[in-house]
Amino acid sequence: MHESLAMLPQVLIDGLTLGFVYALVALGYTMVYGVLEFINFAHSEIFMIGAFAGTEALLIMQSSGVLASLPPFVALIIALLFGMAIAGLIAVGMERIAYRPLRGAPRLVPLISAIGVSFFLQDAVRLFEGLWRNAFYLSTPVLYRQTLTFSRVDVPVKTIILVATCLAIMFGLQTFVNRTKLGRALRAVAQDQATASIMGVNVNFIVTLTFLIGGALGGAAGVLFAMQYTLIHPYVGFILGIKAFTAAVFGGIGNIAGAMVGGVVLGLVESLGSAYLGILTHGAFGAEYKDVFAFIILILVLILKPSGLLGETVLEKA
Amino acid sequence: MKTLLGRLGGAWNRVGDRPLAVAGLIAATTVLVAVIPRSVIAFLLFIGSLLTVYYSRLEGRYKLAITVLTLGVVLPGIGTLNPYYLDVAIQVGIYMALALGLNIVVGFAGLLDLGYVAFYATGAYVWAIFGSKQAANFIHGVNFPLSGDWFWLFLFLAVAAAATAGILLGLPVLRLKGDYLAIVTLGFGEIIRIVLNNLDKPVNITNGPNGITPIQSPAIFGYKLGKGIHYYFLVLLILLIIVAVAKRLERSRIGRAWEAIREDEVAAGAMGIPVVRMKLLAFAMGASFAGIMGAVFASKQTFIDPNSFSFMESIGVLAMVILGGMGSIPGALIGATCVVVLQLQVLKSLSDWFSQLRNTGVLNLPAQLEIAKYEKLVFGLVLIVMMIYRPTGLIPAERRKHELEHARGEDVEVPEPTGPAAPSVGTGVPGGDGRGLA
Amino acid sequence: MVIGLLLVSTAAGCAKPKVIKVASVSPLSGSQSSMGEAIKLGVQMAVDENKEKFKKLGYDLQFVPQDDQADPKVGVAVAEKLIADKDVLLVVGHLNSNVAIPSSVVYAKDNLTQVSPANTNPAVTDRRLPNVNRICGRDDFQGPWGARYAAETLKAKSVFIIHDKTTYGQGVADEFRKKAEAIGVKVLGFEGITPGEVDFSSVLNQAKVKKPDVIYYGGMYPEAGQLVKQAREKKITAYFMGADGLDDKGLVDIAGKDAVGVVYTTAAGDVTKSDAGKAFAAKYKAKFGKDIGAYSAYGYDSTNIGLLAIEAAIKANNGKKPARLQVSTETRKVRYQGIVGPVSFDDKGDNLSAKIYIFEIKEQKYPGTLVAELAGKP
Repeated sequence: MHESLAMLPQVLIDGLTLGFVYALVALGYTMVYGVLEFINFAHSEIFMIGAFAGTEALLIMQSSGVLASLPPFVALIIALLFGMAIAGLIAVGMERIAYRPLRGAPRLVPLISAIGVSFFLQDAVRLFEGLWRNAFYLSTPVLYRQTLTFSRVDVPVKTIILVATCLAIMFGLQTFVNRTKLGRALRAVAQDQATASIMGVNVNFIVTLTFLIGGALGGAAGVLFAMQYTLIHPYVGFILGIKAFTAAVFGGIGNIAGAMVGGVVLGLVESLGSAYLGILTHGAFGAEYKDVFAFIILILVLILKPSGLLGETVLEKA
Repeated sequence: MKTLLGRLGGAWNRVGDRPLAVAGLIAATTVLVAVIPRSVIAFLLFIGSLLTVYYSRLEGRYKLAITVLTLGVVLPGIGTLNPYYLDVAIQVGIYMALALGLNIVVGFAGLLDLGYVAFYATGAYVWAIFGSKQAANFIHGVNFPLSGDWFWLFLFLAVAAAATAGILLGLPVLRLKGDYLAIVTLGFGEIIRIVLNNLDKPVNITNGPNGITPIQSPAIFGYKLGKGIHYYFLVLLILLIIVAVAKRLERSRIGRAWEAIREDEVAAGAMGIPVVRMKLLAFAMGASFAGIMGAVFASKQTFIDPNSFSFMESIGVLAMVILGGMGSIPGALIGATCVVVLQLQVLKSLSDWFSQLRNTGVLNLPAQLEIAKYEKLVFGLVLIVMMIYRPTGLIPAERRKHELEHARGEDVEVPEPTGPAAPSVGTGVPGGDGRGLA
Repeated sequence: MVIGLLLVSTAAGCAKPKVIKVASVSPLSGSQSSMGEAIKLGVQMAVDENKEKFKKLGYDLQFVPQDDQADPKVGVAVAEKLIADKDVLLVVGHLNSNVAIPSSVVYAKDNLTQVSPANTNPAVTDRRLPNVNRICGRDDFQGPWGARYAAETLKAKSVFIIHDKTTYGQGVADEFRKKAEAIGVKVLGFEGITPGEVDFSSVLNQAKVKKPDVIYYGGMYPEAGQLVKQAREKKITAYFMGADGLDDKGLVDIAGKDAVGVVYTTAAGDVTKSDAGKAFAAKYKAKFGKDIGAYSAYGYDSTNIGLLAIEAAIKANNGKKPARLQVSTETRKVRYQGIVGPVSFDDKGDNLSAKIYIFEIKEQKYPGTLVAELAGKP
């Protein structure tokens, strides 16, 4: 038993890392849902595009020899900004083309459209990378090779950077939404589009802004993900997106802090589940059940507290 | 363009109410398929001519006669000329049943189910386990596989198992609304798939990722019904029953109760509708359609594995319902036809055609541009375009047509506070109070 | 698009009577399409080379590549389509055993000959379908040989086994486990992962604390590359072993320098070692502009075997177009010296001379270095 305890710190760290990625992706779902009450199913593909854009930026810098001469920190910022910009722009374009004409339609209509966008983007990226690099599994150049070791726990430097960046982004977003004028407009539209519009808020602009920010967050998550796990493919977002959405609902959809809590908890659950299930059941059940674990806990939370961990109790409209 | 459409409409008016003309149309396309059996366009025309039966203003008995003749004689005839079409027809039939089942849950009762394929899997595994040697791993003393004669009993068991699964899923999640319901059903679907994938230990029940094969075909008194044509008529028979059940439900008190729940759950409850029981019934009914077709699918395929029941399948069936028109029975049928024919026929043929062109050197396309690789891309585009230009689906449900078009007519910037804010699917966290970004 | 469809219909409608079609069926879309593409191009090459010969026999030889999307349901639908087309006399495919198994049942309905370049699952031929053949080795050869190599050459006392919960991956991992246990190697874990994921840290954490001598992975190269990369990142120094799913250039692309030291068994020899193989690789590069994949030569050889059978059947039939049954009967009689080695089939359709090769990646390039060549049952 003592060897399984020995790996606990490492398991927790890996779970936290994964959890922060989930959290950052979950933010995109939560932003759009909070404002439009709409599951942006294609957000997982925005994440994937961010990962590809960031990786491409690094690969291009690498092949042109710039990467070696830059401090890794600068390269990371360039990749992050590029990934965020591309992902944000695609998210805005996606809203303009595939969602805006459908606003006001029953909610299944934009959902199906979003599923269409998701399929489309997966294969579009594949087509692009296939033509451009003749390969669609990309390895991301490694920026930080060092690993810090605390007694028996290894913490790669890139993981620390990932967590720090995630926290900074979330703090920034929280401040933006709660402390700025635009943030107030955003909250107003989220509360009641009609009234916000009467009060002089340009609803379309705010919706575009929502997709821009949500997309950029997804893009940032993608770049950090690529940096952490150094392997991406056009289908990488799909499973991860479902889990991140789970995390958003778990934490209480529409709630920024909730997305973070939900993501981290889900990451931990997954990591702990896959590490210990096999040991606890003597091999009868193993790591392959980790997704079941995550979903079952989700279902339990929703039954006991349907609005999620941090969501407010929703009053039924009479 | 307008005049062309007008002329077409005029021509249609002359054809539409004459049984002979409609029958002639079908006969003509049949001949076309018979003459050029590998042509995709002939087959599509043939399917189109079937549609005219639905749209024509013929008397019921003529419609019935033509439909029976076409489905009972003409289509099987085409199928013997080219068994591939028979396989397409069977797959279309299976998906029609699935679409009708999901249509009950999503279209009638307004409960968004993203894990619908789990019920299909339940039905499939019920027969697969007992109709193969698989059950011998955990039940001793019986000689497995059971003979094909047992299949008929297992059809009912599959229905029962799927309906039970539907109720089991329904019970805990009934309190959930909208997207929460969607994610839980999605999770449920995934759980079922993962469990099926892993139940090869500690006791080997499902044979895990290796899947189960060979699975017995149905039989009557020892006479094996394993040919395509047998499955065709089996699927057709079950489908007819399912359509009849769905139609009866739609027009019954139950159907109206579902509609009321969809529109406003609280009001429905206040009017004395047993909301919980009705929702469970919707889940169970929808699930049972999938369950029975699951058993048929397993025996037809002779092989099933958990990958056949992935999330993409659920989404595919949902797309069929949406494409055809939510709550519309003919819509679900058409939606299923379109999606299956698109996937199996049109895209496949296009990519074959492109590769032929490249092989013969007519077009010099790089290998990466092979269209067979980008079916999902085309499929995605079709979905988006449909939703933007025809959200009511190909055949809108009469009752819902109004509300859907009404919602679209709204000024998108300033939605009317009382109207579409509570979306007609009715599953949302109701507008106003529940929304917001914290 | 409409014009296109019309062209298809007319092209198909007035097909000449003396056409023989050869189909390749492999995933051309999805994450395994690079391996599927390699099979397809191998088949295409063999078909193109044989066109002249068949023209002399009076036949127009055509190539029809098909996409099974690595999905059993699609595979079966494609199979139905192929048996409906009476001109198709040979199918070369599939890549995935779980697609090949149900699809071959369909081919068997009309005795359509299937020569598989890549399906290593025992059940493919153990069902004794008369039309199904394969030229590659079997999982119950690969897994056990891998275990013996681990015990005897790598001197492993303990292994940690990971697999991808697919027919192929779990199958080969199971065979490895059985043999390892039988020869006294301690199995410290047997864990599944989900293909398509890229974070395997939780499974590797277990492996780390259990300190195995060897980590064995049953599955495909993308996950394998990622696993070995993350294992090294976690300072796990155990040998990393796998089966022929790792036999792809992608492994080195993904794992980079961490690929060095990876050992894999494969049913596909390194064709570039022989002169015939070198010539093949050069021809392939000249024709398609890319390097051969692991199964390119297997697709090529499978096609040639099938075409020899068709040719024999035509001759036995006095120049008339043979029935599918004749072709499948002839296929079992073919003796062929292929690029991948000699091929002849036993009564199940397995290749009697199938070998298992063991490679080690000694420097950061693909393919690795051949370290052992084994034949027969371990």
